[in-house]
Amino acid sequence: MSDKKNWPLWEIFVRSKNGLEHRHFGSLHAADAEMAMENARDVYTRRNEGVSIWVVESKHITASNPSENGEMFEPAQDKVYRHPTFYDLPDEVKHM
Amino acid sequence: MSEREIKNLEEIFEARIARDEKIEPKDWMPEKYRQTHIRQMSQHAHSEIIGMLPEGNWITRAPSLRRKAALLAKVQDEAGHGLYLYSACETLGISRDELYEQLHSGKAKYSSIFNYPTITWADMGAIGWLVDGAAIINQVPLCNTSYGPYARAMVRVCKEESFHQRQGYEIMLTLCRGTEEQKAMAQDALNRWWWPSLMMLGPTDDQSVHTEQSMKWKLKRKSNDELRQQFIDQTAPQADVLGITIPDPDLKWNEETGHYDFGEIDWDEFWQVVKGHGPCNKERMKARVDAWENGEWVRDAAMAHAEKNEKRKIAKAS
Repeated sequence: MSDKKNWPLWEIFVRSKNGLEHRHFGSLHAADAEMAMENARDVYTRRNEGVSIWVVESKHITASNPSENGEMFEPAQDKVYRHPTFYDLPDEVKHM
Repeated sequence: MSEREIKNLEEIFEARIARDEKIEPKDWMPEKYRQTHIRQMSQHAHSEIIGMLPEGNWITRAPSLRRKAALLAKVQDEAGHGLYLYSACETLGISRDELYEQLHSGKAKYSSIFNYPTITWADMGAIGWLVDGAAIINQVPLCNTSYGPYARAMVRVCKEESFHQRQGYEIMLTLCRGTEEQKAMAQDALNRWWWPSLMMLGPTDDQSVHTEQSMKWKLKRKSNDELRQQFIDQTAPQADVLGITIPDPDLKWNEETGHYDFGEIDWDEFWQVVKGHGPCNKERMKARVDAWENGEWVRDAAMAHAEKNEKRKIAKAS
């Protein structure tokens, strides 16, 4: 074997039961998607924690940068008109 | 970054922790925070991995199928715990290979309790009861630690750990209710594992070099001495239920303090084992390094197979 390659890292998402979303459970190393799936079963669902698993190679995830959180998320802060409580209605109006 | 800018970032960082905010992998953190976490988390992961060895010793000789299934599941959990912790540790920018390299070269430590031999079946009972018991006391506060990935891994670990302790205690209970020889075996295991279990909770507070900083970062929420007292207070009555005697003539309930008083710990023994002179240090490291080296061709073959499959898929598609 010429240039040595280590098993890549995979992110594991598990749906704990139908009706709930897949949630990030952790990561693991595996040679390919199939092995990542088998390992995910053994590492993250030994006690019936899931009914469905997604595996995604970590390098395919693009993450936002926390140091740019200001530009990223602050614009939403001054838009109170996006919330129902921004609008004043008389008390007589019910169910709105 | 200028020194002043770093100082400023550090202040913001410390304030976040003081407010109980969690730190996530991509957040700015002081280099010392990163290094301390790599050290502690990897040491923890290595302990889980090496911790499989003393118990693995008894899987094929478990006295019943029930015991064998339980012990296998426990050892498998330990592999799982090691993997949760390694991947949490990798979020700090260190590779799995570097972590293994640190373990295999002796640069990184693992809990010295695993350098003691498991010479009878009763040791499986004593380890579950005492070693996992002490581990739980150490680990529960970590579910609230400031580093998000570590805290999340610990929540999972703690959930699974309580079965470990109960299966150990049940082994002890069965032996203690058995023949005279079985009870003597349980007593012998308690005699050998008691003091090393107390040492597991770390050096006394005045000797512990990392405590102050770790408390500030919530990497530690109680001091070693507090944890040790808690362990003794909860374990002593459990020995009474078993009807065996903790090997400490000074162990006595103190009405005034509401805690057990206990005897002097042999810290020379502790430091000897930490420095590599315990009964099984060499054997454990050899087993670990052999497993890694002998498995290399399997890892390489799996990678080659994956690459071949990938190429085949691409060829088919075009």
